[in-house]
Parts: sequence; structure tokens; C-alpha cells
Amino acid sequence: MSLKNLFTDWSRYRKGIEEGGFHDYEHMWGMAVDLNKCIGCNACAVACYAENNLAVVGEQKFYDGQAMHWMRIERYWDEPDLGEDRVQEFNHHGASFIPFMCQNCNAATCEPVCPVAATYHTPDGLNAQVYNRCIGSRYCSNNCPYRLRFFNFFSYYESSWPEPLHMQLNPDLTVRDKGVMEKCTFCVQRIRAAKDKARRENRKVRDGEFLPACAQTCPTGAIVFGDLLTLHTPGGGVGETEVANLWRAHQVELGKTKQTKQNPELRGYRVFEKLNTEPCVMYLERVREV
Amino acid sequence: MQSKDINEDIRWAKINEDVLRSMENPRMGYWLAVGVCLLLLALAIIAEIYQYRVGMGVGKLNWPHMWDLYIATFIFWIGMSHSGTLLSAILHITQADWRKPIYRFAEAMTTFTLMTAGLFPVIHLGRLWNMYWVLPYFSDRGIWPNFRSPLVWDAFAIFTYLTSSALFLYIGSIPDLAICRDSATGWRKKLYTILSLGWRGDDRQWRNFRKTYLIMACFLIPLAVSVHSIVSSDFAMSIMPGWHVTTFPPYFVAGALYSGCAAIITLFILLRYFFRFEDYMTLPILDKTCKLTFAIAMVWTYLNLIEFASVWYGHDAVAKELLIAKFTGPYSPYFWAMLILGSVLPFVMAFEKMRTNIPVMFVVSILLNVGMWLERWMIVAPTLSMAYHPFAFDVMWANWVQWFIVLGSFGWFGLLFLIFVKVIPSVSMYEVKEMIFHRRHIANKEIAAVMHRRATDPKPTAQPASGQAGGQGSPGTPGLEGA
Repeated sequence: MSLKNLFTDWSRYRKGIEEGGFHDYEHMWGMAVDLNKCIGCNACAVACYAENNLAVVGEQKFYDGQAMHWMRIERYWDEPDLGEDRVQEFNHHGASFIPFMCQNCNAATCEPVCPVAATYHTPDGLNAQVYNRCIGSRYCSNNCPYRLRFFNFFSYYESSWPEPLHMQLNPDLTVRDKGVMEKCTFCVQRIRAAKDKARRENRKVRDGEFLPACAQTCPTGAIVFGDLLTLHTPGGGVGETEVANLWRAHQVELGKTKQTKQNPELRGYRVFEKLNTEPCVMYLERVREV
Repeated sequence: MQSKDINEDIRWAKINEDVLRSMENPRMGYWLAVGVCLLLLALAIIAEIYQYRVGMGVGKLNWPHMWDLYIATFIFWIGMSHSGTLLSAILHITQADWRKPIYRFAEAMTTFTLMTAGLFPVIHLGRLWNMYWVLPYFSDRGIWPNFRSPLVWDAFAIFTYLTSSALFLYIGSIPDLAICRDSATGWRKKLYTILSLGWRGDDRQWRNFRKTYLIMACFLIPLAVSVHSIVSSDFAMSIMPGWHVTTFPPYFVAGALYSGCAAIITLFILLRYFFRFEDYMTLPILDKTCKLTFAIAMVWTYLNLIEFASVWYGHDAVAKELLIAKFTGPYSPYFWAMLILGSVLPFVMAFEKMRTNIPVMFVVSILLNVGMWLERWMIVAPTLSMAYHPFAFDVMWANWVQWFIVLGSFGWFGLLFLIFVKVIPSVSMYEVKEMIFHRRHIANKEIAAVMHRRATDPKPTAQPASGQAGGQGSPGTPGLEGA
């Protein structure tokens, strides 16, 4: 630690998001979730539990609101005050639902508030959580408008994976102990593995070379995962990834609090875009007949 | 009701005697209070050990209610600490001399409430054994705390404020500690000899003392304001509706002074009753304190209304919905209770009859602080229960673990305060003498002429009865010989 270190890091840190944040990004992992394709089967959530060693907290703790579901299918039922049309729609179609995972915001509100910098932005465009550094002040979760950060209120190792279930744990990442915040990482262990492999073979990571557990499991292919970096650099487009193509097709851009679309039929949107959190997950609106 | 703040014919020896008497021979009531405080503290320690071993979830903290009573109580105690600075620093600079008999315990309150408040950020940490990571220390790994985080500012602010207010309390009581030293025996003699730093009460010492005290006072005022502004930025710097409020810093400071003044009234009445301080903690002083509290209550009410209005006319859908939910939702009984206790109840203090009625003021001051505690809780909890994402709307009620720790903090504060009243004079003897001295010179010139003779003055025919004759030349040197 030296003063030089401090000042140079600080100036890089302070660089605005219009310059791509404080990093020269290597990647900017992002998603596009097509709600038209989503059937709400919860396979993604199950896959996430299996891949990321998520603790199964049990019924009582779930009711107490202490569950940890990095990936979840959120259901919304009809509200009487929505008006007659909407109620009919719900009666006809059932609940509306949306798969929700950490939006890996480029201007994440959880990052600046962590007192020990346990959550920070990686050069991969990921909103990383360093479990070892976390002291559990839980400020990040309070400041996440999506409420996508989960806290280990207890030590779950013994209750969640009684022998021999502990054999099923994924060895590529840790089991978090009590007092630590955790959240969706876009399966960072798979990202690391793919990047290491690409580096060994002296090439760039290919699009679709790996998928996070949810995208891999989705039976209808509703979740598309990939690198958004070409989207972010103006004049990009060469060698674009599937996800970047989707973003571009739906005219959803990074760095905006409100999208201007020439074609109102385009379904792409980002959740709470106006908060300027720069989420890296685009949703494609569900179209339903009433 | 007596019309003067303090009677001008109180003799120096009587002041010393009265105050020193309050420091010895604890009675049954004192030990009872100590016992209650220890019991509360013990319950809190049991709850905390349980929480430490099992995890934060035992207090029913959940997603999305990551913070609840701990942070609310933290703000409550920090807020209470502002009263001491108000009385001892702001009123010192504005030369409101009626503060003199009551500022010492208010200042002690500042220090002890900060010592209580400082526990809560630690208690609420998920891994509190790593709490020192919040501080910037040099480590081989080159990791620093995140200086952008208001929690880090909190750590700095609280440490600075605690250090300064403890120093201020200590410096301000050195002349009194010297009086204690002069009359003490046994272990107290040793203790006060060390603490009084060789105070002899000569001119040079008084001059330096005055300067130091004034500088400390000037330093403490902006510090106190900034501390609670920083605490408010825990919320104001966030993005959440109901927290992301521009007026939070002044709102928090006003609320802090408010609850602090109410606490001063409570302790004023307790000390006056138990230590028979009727001569010093007089009704006119209570009256003035209540007026001050009333004024601050109105400022607080005004800022509250501003917040409502700016949310209402700001037309931010989420913030507006939250505001409506505060008035009508699951937390509404507490929200209304806070408004009634915080904004309507202080109107009791608009009437002089009430202001000088000790039982009424005792109840009112405690209720005001209940209201202020509710205010802090109503800042923390509703926003967590209802922010942006409808899926995460949830209401949580704390269970015994959280409540025990909150109640235990009152036990801890009470214990510190009970120790304080027996170790450090809870009425500033030298400042009361100074106050009386000034008032004699202004209001009662004959008594002053008799009582404050210089050594060079010709001897009057009638010698005043007690031993405060010599060395009373300047206002800065009220006699220590009476001790």
C-alpha cells in the first residue's frame, strides 16, 4: 500500500460510467430474458440451488423470510384495484411471473454503500461479492432496489446438507457461513473456468462456450446469456454475441434511464431503468391475449 | 414559583457540601437502580451471546428487513447525545448562564449515550468479530475500507465525537475534581489526585482552562451537527424511498436535539428529586429547558411537514405510496403515535403551569422520548417493508432477542450514568458559583460587596459567616477553599 497506489486507484475508481466505469472492461456479462418463452417451471431456480450451493433453509425459515433464492420466479396475482380488464386477464391466464436474478447493475447501488468494499465491480462487468471480506452490515441489501441480495442469517451447513447430502455440493465454490451476504454471481465459477480455458488456448472466450446454470437448464431457452461489451462500445457489432444482438434488436441501450424506441412493438425493457442503476439484464415483455 | 434561576445567597460551602454529599453513601434506591440496570444488561448479554453463536436470524431479522430495531435504537442514542453539546457548548457560547447547574450531567449523557450507540453498529454486524475492517489500518493486503460508504463515515464520526465529548466532559470537570480531591479520603483521594491534574485554581490555570474550554466548545458544535448529519446520510445517501430525502440532515439534527432535551428534563427531575438539588436545579431552569425543548419540537414538526409535503408534491410514485402506507399501512399505529407524541404532546410545554409541574414534565419528557424512538423506527422499518420491488413487500415484527438487546442498552446507559453520579459531581460546582457570583454583582450589589471582598479591600464591620472570604478577585476564581 502506497500513496501512489491510493491516488491512481482512486482516480480510476472515480471515472464515470460513461467511460465504462472504473474498469477497462474485459467482458460485460449480461442477459436477455424472454418472458414470452418463460413457462414459469422453476427449473432455473432449482439449477441455481444445485450449482451455487444455496442452503435449503426449511419451511419455517422460509416463512420467516430468511430463505436464499438467488434466482426466483416471482409471481404476481391480480389486484382488485387494477380494473376490470386486468382482473379478467388474471382470471384467464393465472398469475403473471418473472424470473428474477441479480441484475448485475453497472452502476450498482449496493457497491458504494458497503463499508469494507466487499462488493465491487469486476472487469468482467460483474457485481462481485467477496464473502471473505463481508462483515454483514447488510447495507447493500437495504440499498438494492431489486432486493436481490440474501443474507446468511444462520449457519446452514449441517441442517441443509446432512450427510451424505454434503457430497452433492459443488466443489467449485464455497459454502457460505452465517453473517455473510450473497447473491447471484452469473455463475462466476463457470466464467472463471471458461476464461482460464480460453487463456490457456490463447483465444477469447467464445459466445455460448459456457452458460450459467439457469440458462443451461431453461427448457424453452428463455434466458440468453453472453457478453454485452460490443453493445457498449459505439460502432461495435463485429462478432456480436447473441445477447448483444437481442439487445440491439430491441433497441435497449446501456447508459440510459429511458429507452427511445422507434418501434413501440419492441418488447425489451430493463427493470427500474429510471433509477439509473444500469442493469445488465434485459427482459422481453410478455404478450398476452385478453 | 420562585422567580430567580438560583438564589443569590447560597454560600460556596453549601454548594460544595450539597454536591459532594450526592456522591457518597448510596442509598437503597441507588442500589435498586443499579440492580435493575444490571438485570437489563444481563438479559441483553444473554440475547447477544445467543445471537452471536446462532446467527442474526434469531432476532427475526429477515429479507427484506435486514435492519430493524438495532439501527433505530442506534440513531436514537446518537440523537440523545446531542443534548450535552447543546447545553454545554452552544449555550456556553451564547452565554445563557442558566445552563450552568444542569450542563454537567447533560455532558455526561452525551458521552454515555455515545458509548451506548457505538455498540449497536457492532451488534448488528453479521460477523462482528471482523468489525475493525471498517477502520482504515495499514495491512499487508493493501485493503482499505470503502470510503464512499456512509457506514465508514459513521465510524469516523462516532469515534471523533466520542473522543471529543469525553475530553470535553473531563476538561470541564477538572476544577470540580480538585474540590473532590481536597475533601476525599481513601481510594477516591488517589483517583481525584490523578484526575485533577494538579489543579490549584491559580490565575494561569484558570486562564488556560477557559481558553481550552471555549476552543473545545467551538470545535464540538460543528462536530455534533456533522455527526448526526452523517448518521442521517446512512439513509439519505441510499436510493430507497423514504430514506432518499434531502432534508434528512437537518431533520435528524433537530430530532437529536429534541430527544436529547427531553432526556435532560427526565434526568433533571430524577437528580433533583433523589439528590435534593432543589437549590440548583430550580423550577425556572426547568421552565427554560422546557421552552427550549418546545422550540426544538416545533422545528422538528416543521421539518416533518416539509418532508411530507415534498414527497407529496414531488410525485415520485414509490415515495408517495410509501408515505401513504406509513399513514395507513401496518405501521400506521406507530406512525400516528410518533406524530402525536412528537408534535402534539409538546404543546403541553406551551403552558407555564405545566412546564413547572414536575410530575407532569417527568411523564411528558419520557413520552417525548418514546415518540422520538418511534420516529427512528419509523424511518428504518417502513422503507424496508415497502420499497421499489413489490415482490419484497413484507412486514416484520421483532422478537425477544432484539427487544432484550434494545432494553439492555437502556440498562447499560443507566449503569454508566449511575456510576458517573457517584464519581464525578453531577452539578458543576465552580460554574454554579460563577453563576451566583455574576448574579450577585448584577442584582444584589450589597451582598456582593460584603461577600466578595478582595484581600486589599478594607475590612467590613460585619464578617460574613462562612469561609469564602479571600482570593475571590476575579469571576474566574470562585473559592475552592470551601471544599
